[in-house]
Amino acid sequence: MLVNQFLFLGAILFCIGVYGVLVRRNLVLVLMSIELILNSVNINLVAFGAMWHANDTANLSGQVFALFVIAVAAAEVGVGLALVLMIFRNRQSIDADDVDLLKG
Amino acid sequence: MPQLLDKVWIVPAVMAASFLLILFFGKRAGTKATAAIGIAAVSICLVFSVVVAGQWINRVNHPPTGEALAEDIRQASGLTPQTPEVVEGEIDAATHDSGETVEGDHAADDHASDGEHAAAEGEHGDEHGGAHASVPPVVRTATWFEIGPIDFEIGTLVDGLTAMMLITVCIISLLVHIYSTEYLHGDVRFTHYYAFLSLFTASMLFYVMSSNTLQMLVGWELVGLCSFGLIGHWWEEKKNTDAALKAFLTNRVGDMGLIIGVTITFFAAGATSFNVLHINEYALSGAANSTLLLVGALCLFGGVTSKSGQFPLHTWLPDAMAGPTPVSALIHAATMVVAGVYLIARLYAVFFEGLGIGSSSFHYVAFIGGFTTVMGGALAFVQTDLKKVLAYSTISQLGYMVMALGVGAWTAGVFHLFTHAFFKACLFLGAGSVSHACHHTFDMREMGGLRKYMKSTHITFLIATLALAGIVPLAGFWSKDEILAGAQQGQENAYTAMLVMGLVTALMTAAYMGRAYWMTFWGEYRGHGTPHESPKVITVPLWILAICAVFLGFLNLPAWFNAPSWATTRFEHFVEPTFAFPAVEHPEFTPWLAVLSTVLAVAGLAIAYLYYERNKGPHGLTHRNAAARAGYTFLENKYYLDTLYTDIIAADTKGPLARAAYWINQNVLDGIVDGAATVFKKLSGVVYRGVDQLVVDGVVNGTGLASEESGQLLRRMQTGKVQQYAAILFAGVVVLAGVLVFVV
Repeated sequence: MLVNQFLFLGAILFCIGVYGVLVRRNLVLVLMSIELILNSVNINLVAFGAMWHANDTANLSGQVFALFVIAVAAAEVGVGLALVLMIFRNRQSIDADDVDLLKG
Repeated sequence: MPQLLDKVWIVPAVMAASFLLILFFGKRAGTKATAAIGIAAVSICLVFSVVVAGQWINRVNHPPTGEALAEDIRQASGLTPQTPEVVEGEIDAATHDSGETVEGDHAADDHASDGEHAAAEGEHGDEHGGAHASVPPVVRTATWFEIGPIDFEIGTLVDGLTAMMLITVCIISLLVHIYSTEYLHGDVRFTHYYAFLSLFTASMLFYVMSSNTLQMLVGWELVGLCSFGLIGHWWEEKKNTDAALKAFLTNRVGDMGLIIGVTITFFAAGATSFNVLHINEYALSGAANSTLLLVGALCLFGGVTSKSGQFPLHTWLPDAMAGPTPVSALIHAATMVVAGVYLIARLYAVFFEGLGIGSSSFHYVAFIGGFTTVMGGALAFVQTDLKKVLAYSTISQLGYMVMALGVGAWTAGVFHLFTHAFFKACLFLGAGSVSHACHHTFDMREMGGLRKYMKSTHITFLIATLALAGIVPLAGFWSKDEILAGAQQGQENAYTAMLVMGLVTALMTAAYMGRAYWMTFWGEYRGHGTPHESPKVITVPLWILAICAVFLGFLNLPAWFNAPSWATTRFEHFVEPTFAFPAVEHPEFTPWLAVLSTVLAVAGLAIAYLYYERNKGPHGLTHRNAAARAGYTFLENKYYLDTLYTDIIAADTKGPLARAAYWINQNVLDGIVDGAATVFKKLSGVVYRGVDQLVVDGVVNGTGLASEESGQLLRRMQTGKVQQYAAILFAGVVVLAGVLVFVV
């Protein structure tokens, strides 16, 4: 089995995610980009898990790890969306550049 | 029965406790309780003292032998580890002595002084029909403090002399405590007075049981302090405070001598120990440096001169009569003033060897004593104050004691100290009783005829007068006679001059005491009011002292009387030290001398009777004869010694001294101080500008500035833009990943 395709796919997804995090001003889109990054990692985990345990198909540690990441990502998005909602309620904006109270 | 000999520290401790009790609770407890505390404490001390004396007598009768003796000698010799062989030699010698019979061969003894000593003991033993081995005193010490290798000790030394002093001090102190309850009745500072009495008794007991000279110095100063406080008891009158100051300052002069003497003897004896016996042993050892001993003994004698009222520092003693009369009896007649005599007796080896008592023709101690005794006696004639007559009499008698020690008659001097304490205390307390009856005057011109009003006081005063005059068989006769015999026979050469002075004083003593007696108790009453006999609390102590004055002389009955050996020379047998003590001669009883002195005493009394009572003789001579008048004026002005001290020596030194001190103060001291201040002012200016402003402040301000600038620089990074932070983070990750991939 070729791992390269999965790794390429993961790398591309990661780059798109990073680009989204750094460039998009909309906080919801930033959160979605973070999801992309996490999912690229999941692809890597599943791919490497399948590769390392090709002879032992009962061992699903890579896949299980991915499931954990999905669960954590769900929680993260829950908290993130709640924060975004509160920011919007207070400032009537979800532009990341408007949230600059820590400016020195 | 527990041995009290090595625990005598309890005795002064009891008195010190009494002092503290009275000091802190006396005022609250009231006068009755105060007096009760004092009297109870002295009574306990007296009981202890009697027990100590009894145990000492037992020790002399049954001297320790063998290992017990060796241990005692080791304790007594001041524990000098540098000279163990000397101590061992003495142990050998002593155990040797005690082990053999009195006819034994002493030539074999390698220790020279011990040999002589033992020989003397041998003769002595023959006289008594019993061997009298060398009995070391009981010495117990503890470390007081240490400086380098020298161990300064505090301790007790008990021998016959100590036991005798303990009993004397306790008896007189007890009687004075009792007497004072009436005499000081209603006094404003009653508790203060009793506190001082307790402190004095404690100090005196502490002094007499000292095992080293340093401790003696402490006790010596303490009794001096109490003397000062009690002379100035009625300090509202300037006369009394002046007298107290005079006593204190005059004593300071002698105390300087004492301090220097103590230091010299300490360094002379190897600078290892102040132990009295150690110093005495050194003085006797033959290897002693005679110059150091001479200077040391002279300096110590300076202390004796002031404390025991010897010429020329006696002038404070008559003035000290400003204190309450019981105090005069206790401190200025019976106990404190004999501290000097005790010092000579205790450090006898130092005086004996240092001043060549037994050998040379330099009779310093004997001469000063003899001169003082005559001089004091002569002054007593011109006093009209009863207490001052007694004060000069005390000076005279102290001179007698010093003279006795000076001619080598140790036992005679100490015995006179003992007997004198009782009859002189009786005389003083009698004088106090008289004054109590005559509206607090001591002027004999306002008395007279008191025998009709005050029977007890009269009889006891008469007994004490006769004892002091030396009428057979009262106490004074025996002790005075021994002194005269000592002066007549001397150590190796006769002390003719001292004998003459002693005999002249015997005549004078009887005469001035006769004068005081007849002026006070005979003739017609010249004062105002009606005198009355004092209450029992005053007369009972007088009677006790009078009885002592009658019988105590028999304690040292000369062997000449063929009495059984247990009755003769008991005092000499038990009190005279036999350890580290020079080989003194013991004068024989001389019948012609005893008769002569008695005749002189009777003659003195007769002259006084004829002159003052019968009004015969050359009355008014001082008005007719210029020479007699000059002599009288000379005596009345106390040989102009006070004038010499205050008007000439003090006045002539204090003016120039003050001016010189002022000049030094203005020019030298102020110059130094001002100069130092200027230098420091300049220096601190430099330090302010250079160090404080530049360096210290620079560091502080620089730190602040640097933090501010760096903060200003770094704040630019804080944009508050999340995505910028994220970009930096990813850039960092890229760099780290690059490092990970390409470098590692």
